[in-house]
Amino acid sequence: MGLGTTGPVVPEGLVAVVKRDCPTCELVVPVLQQLAREAPPLTVFSQDDPAFPPGLPVRDDRQLDASFAFDVEIVPTLMRVDGAGRVTAKTQGWKREDWEALTGVSGLGAELPGFRPGCGSRTQDPDVADRFASRGGGSALRSRRVEIGSGEDAIEACFERGWSDGLPLVPPTPERVLRMLEGTTRKPDELVALVPPDLADCTVEKAAINAVMAGCRPEYFPVVLAAIEAACSDEFNIHGVLATTMFVGPAIIVNGPIARAIGMNSGVNALGQGNRANATIGRALQLVVRNVGGGKPGGVDRATLGNPGKYTFCFAEAEEGSPWEALSVERGFAPSASTVTLFAAEGVRGIVDQKSRSAESLARSYAGCLRAVWHPKLALVTDAVVIVSPEHGRVFRNDGWSKARLRERLLELLTVQGDELVVGAGGCAEGMPPQVAGKPVPKFTPDGLLFVHAGGDAGMFSAILAGWARGPVGSQPVTREVRT
Amino acid sequence: MSALLDPTGEREPVARPRAPRLSGVSGKTLGLLDISKPRGDVFLDRLSELLVARGARIERFRKPTFTKPAPLDLRQQIHAKCEAVIEALAD
Repeated sequence: MGLGTTGPVVPEGLVAVVKRDCPTCELVVPVLQQLAREAPPLTVFSQDDPAFPPGLPVRDDRQLDASFAFDVEIVPTLMRVDGAGRVTAKTQGWKREDWEALTGVSGLGAELPGFRPGCGSRTQDPDVADRFASRGGGSALRSRRVEIGSGEDAIEACFERGWSDGLPLVPPTPERVLRMLEGTTRKPDELVALVPPDLADCTVEKAAINAVMAGCRPEYFPVVLAAIEAACSDEFNIHGVLATTMFVGPAIIVNGPIARAIGMNSGVNALGQGNRANATIGRALQLVVRNVGGGKPGGVDRATLGNPGKYTFCFAEAEEGSPWEALSVERGFAPSASTVTLFAAEGVRGIVDQKSRSAESLARSYAGCLRAVWHPKLALVTDAVVIVSPEHGRVFRNDGWSKARLRERLLELLTVQGDELVVGAGGCAEGMPPQVAGKPVPKFTPDGLLFVHAGGDAGMFSAILAGWARGPVGSQPVTREVRT
Repeated sequence: MSALLDPTGEREPVARPRAPRLSGVSGKTLGLLDISKPRGDVFLDRLSELLVARGARIERFRKPTFTKPAPLDLRQQIHAKCEAVIEALAD
């Protein structure tokens, strides 16, 4: 831990780093005075008060440059520095025998107790550490710095620059961005994805800036990164999801241990407001599309109506208490893996069934509601996610229905003769091409129905998220593992 | 004075001049790009008839899906073969 060329120049000898706001530093003042007399030169850096310790020449280190350069974690720290500025010995706190060994002076602080632990160095204060790291010219941050005048309101400045989704943003200061970057081991300049529509590079740093603005905590950041990767895959096709005149936006379903670790909501009001992780992770993804990708409503986003989930749409599966294996497990991941699954979703449509006590009856309710997705006469055009609540899940569990059995039954119930679907049938111009006449047509493909368990314990209600154009020509559900 | 970090892609798009307008269609090779929206072919078939009647040569192209940008090789093909392209955008 030598001093780089930017470190303070100190004479060969002893160096002490202290702060007044530390009882142990107060305690060792007579020892420092003794060392200044008996083992000079002694250079003392004070982190908070250049008048401390009294009676000694003190170097002002309120900016903490020396403390950072010496990598001080505890005060007092006593070091021996050689002629090249290298630290050759170091001790923290007050321990008489260590101080005597380091200085070669015996009988130090004879009136003091033999041992007192030190206090945290001011460099350990998270705000201070961030500020120091962001101040350095060699900082890892590469994004353009936008100067804000002292009289300017930073939140208004973000609105004015077009960065907002319509709600206030957390101003992305370098300190906040550095703190966000603490949430991942990935390097700030690492590429996460090319974000449509501009196909602009989204580095970890750009993602962090947008996550800050969305209101994320650093521990959410790995989920945000995984969501960006999934959204920008060719299969998910965020370009089309953004550009379409239809309703959809990316819904993020989180599975695995990270959901609980970061306090996500999978229970009461799981699809609604009130949980920071749910709210801000979904918002961060949309801000990345807006700001990094350049996709804005009225620009490449041509949605006729859109849906409120385009502000943010993220929730966790309630894996505990589920009658079935988790969505991520069904999609090939280990139960211990944390994942995000992205689905291009319309808004939430409810399934109300408070009377069914058998799986067959409940499946019939689901089928009736699923038939209306997009249009009752359109089939094989879109996928759907069914979010099964605990009280509905219990019905399937009691009857021993697996997910596969429910899916199979729904596909049967949702298969009709094409004659009912063709253009013009039933006096309605919308519908399927005439070729489907005379053939049985299922509403969905077997891989086009996804099931997720979520919601509060009370209420025999489930929900459908209808999709967009399905398969390779549209958007396919994509699952990615969350890496820390 | 405080600083915020720019959340955008910080791209500076290159401004390119438009290609010069064709003097006419006679003797020119024109591309007709179907983006795979319903009935795009109906529109382009008729357009093709009208352009051929005016002496144009026609090259037909089709995007695999209207939901994604045209693949690079398709764009290069169009660029290499045609002097202008007409795209049927919406149904």
